[in-house]
Amino acid sequence: MADVYVVGDSIVSSLGFSSDENLGNIINGIGGIKTCTDKSLSPEAFPASQVDDQRLIKKFQALNPEKEYTRFEQLLIVSMHDALSKTSIDPTSEETLFVISTTKGNIDLHDKEKKKAYDPERIHLWAAAAEVGAFFKNPNTPVVISNACISGVLAIVTAAGLIRQGQYKNAIVAGADILSHFVVSGFQSFLSLSPQPCRPFDKNRDGLSLGEGAGCIVLSNDAGNKSKITVAGGSCNNDANHISGPSRTGEGLYLAIKQALKSTGIDPGEVGFISAHGTATPFNDEMESISIARHNMHNIPVNSMKGYWGHTLGAAGIIETVAAIHSLRNNILIPTKGYSEHGVSEPIRVISELSEKKLTNCLKIASGFGGCNAALILQKK
Amino acid sequence: MMNLTVSQSIKIENKKVFLNRQLYFEMPQDTDFPTFTKALYKHAETKYPKFFKMDKLARLGFIAAEVLLNGQSLTEEYPSDKIGVILSNSSSTIDIDTEYYNTIKDKDNYFPSPALFVYTLPNIMIGEICIRHKFNGENNLFVEKEFNPDFQIKYINGLFDQQRVQACLGGWVDYSTKGYEAFLFLVEMADEAKIPFNIESILKLYK
Repeated sequence: MADVYVVGDSIVSSLGFSSDENLGNIINGIGGIKTCTDKSLSPEAFPASQVDDQRLIKKFQALNPEKEYTRFEQLLIVSMHDALSKTSIDPTSEETLFVISTTKGNIDLHDKEKKKAYDPERIHLWAAAAEVGAFFKNPNTPVVISNACISGVLAIVTAAGLIRQGQYKNAIVAGADILSHFVVSGFQSFLSLSPQPCRPFDKNRDGLSLGEGAGCIVLSNDAGNKSKITVAGGSCNNDANHISGPSRTGEGLYLAIKQALKSTGIDPGEVGFISAHGTATPFNDEMESISIARHNMHNIPVNSMKGYWGHTLGAAGIIETVAAIHSLRNNILIPTKGYSEHGVSEPIRVISELSEKKLTNCLKIASGFGGCNAALILQKK
Repeated sequence: MMNLTVSQSIKIENKKVFLNRQLYFEMPQDTDFPTFTKALYKHAETKYPKFFKMDKLARLGFIAAEVLLNGQSLTEEYPSDKIGVILSNSSSTIDIDTEYYNTIKDKDNYFPSPALFVYTLPNIMIGEICIRHKFNGENNLFVEKEFNPDFQIKYINGLFDQQRVQACLGGWVDYSTKGYEAFLFLVEMADEAKIPFNIESILKLYK
């Protein structure tokens, strides 16, 4: 079966409009979670990671759009354009599939004022994705994946599987979600937002921080002349336990890690590092530590990127995988921002300082509402 | 050569339920959704009070799976982590999104409900099916304008090829104020495929 190479990537977030700008900030220890006082999102100020509006508009207008696009669509398009600009992949080819990951898409169009400005159909995820596909003149119907917080990781696993099967030569996998009153109020109702920037795996963690952004990974069965990173395998497994709380035994995530490793022939002890979901809610991080410990991976370095970008929902799995790709390329381990004192019951090795390590592979994991869990293996050839 | 067969299918539309293309249950056309699904729940002798806490989309997917599997325990036949649930729909969670939005639109006076918010993700119905039947396998939820069996067949075939599933529920579950429709099928491996898992079979069962 064909190898699936990562040939391009991009991150659009509070920390910049390209992978390099984001990673540059992260390596300097800069995080993007700030106090948000936008009353249209929440009557009370809350910590969040927001994309700079003016810069987004400028970046988007530079692409000479011929019509109006929503903020969600603009984020996707800017990120996909940036990722594609570094590749020779033809987005207009029938052999190139668009895969879009999102939880809520154009959710702000529920607002009557905003609704007026756009075709009301755009509230549908497939319609928003079709606009994005049409912008790039892609002839295929985009595949839209909406699986809560694992959407991004699952989109990459899905696209890689389709390429491996020989269905497509290339896939442009992009994920995005915007901050909205809808999502902020929902997480507030669950009492899952921290009053401070989130602190993954820390003893004093008390909830997540929300974020917005977009990410893109371009996959191809042709390595081109530079890519050495492959999406080697993956799995998705359900806890079959609870719709809004993770399994106490970490069953689904344990299974996803097990299957993903098995599909690539890598032993748990051979994993270079783990990019965790690490939302900084008490239950999530504890559950992840249990799943990791059940594989005896106590000594494998683990990080969470949520302290830099917050939880960007449909974008999270993509941008965190892009960060992992950069770690692999540059043989560096990125520290977990917000982590200082160990706060999960298993003695897993949470990365707290920027360090160098010769890396050949990485395990990316994610878990979400509905009891879903995903695991993905990146390998360096 | 492995053969994939469609061993069961169910279609719910217009107050009618067809199980393996045979009429299983029917109610008058003017029956509303809660009445219809409650009657179907009783008819199938379901005992699962959580059903009544679910939103309409999850209720539709759940009851379709319930009638389809009809007491059959797939986990006795397959490892639980090799039983997948792969669904598509068009409206994502538009119905509950609107209901939730109406509770928060007055920004000076709003009381968001976690019980509503949790259902604003379309894969929650997959979670409900997995919890009920103890399925630990693959999940995916695709949102597409209309049911595209071609893509889903390719995708599910890929899951079998990569040995990520040994049995898989697939199909389409859509709910909006404009109407609702559920079509589920069970794909299994067989020495001889009575109903081969291909586009012709699926279109015939879906019609």
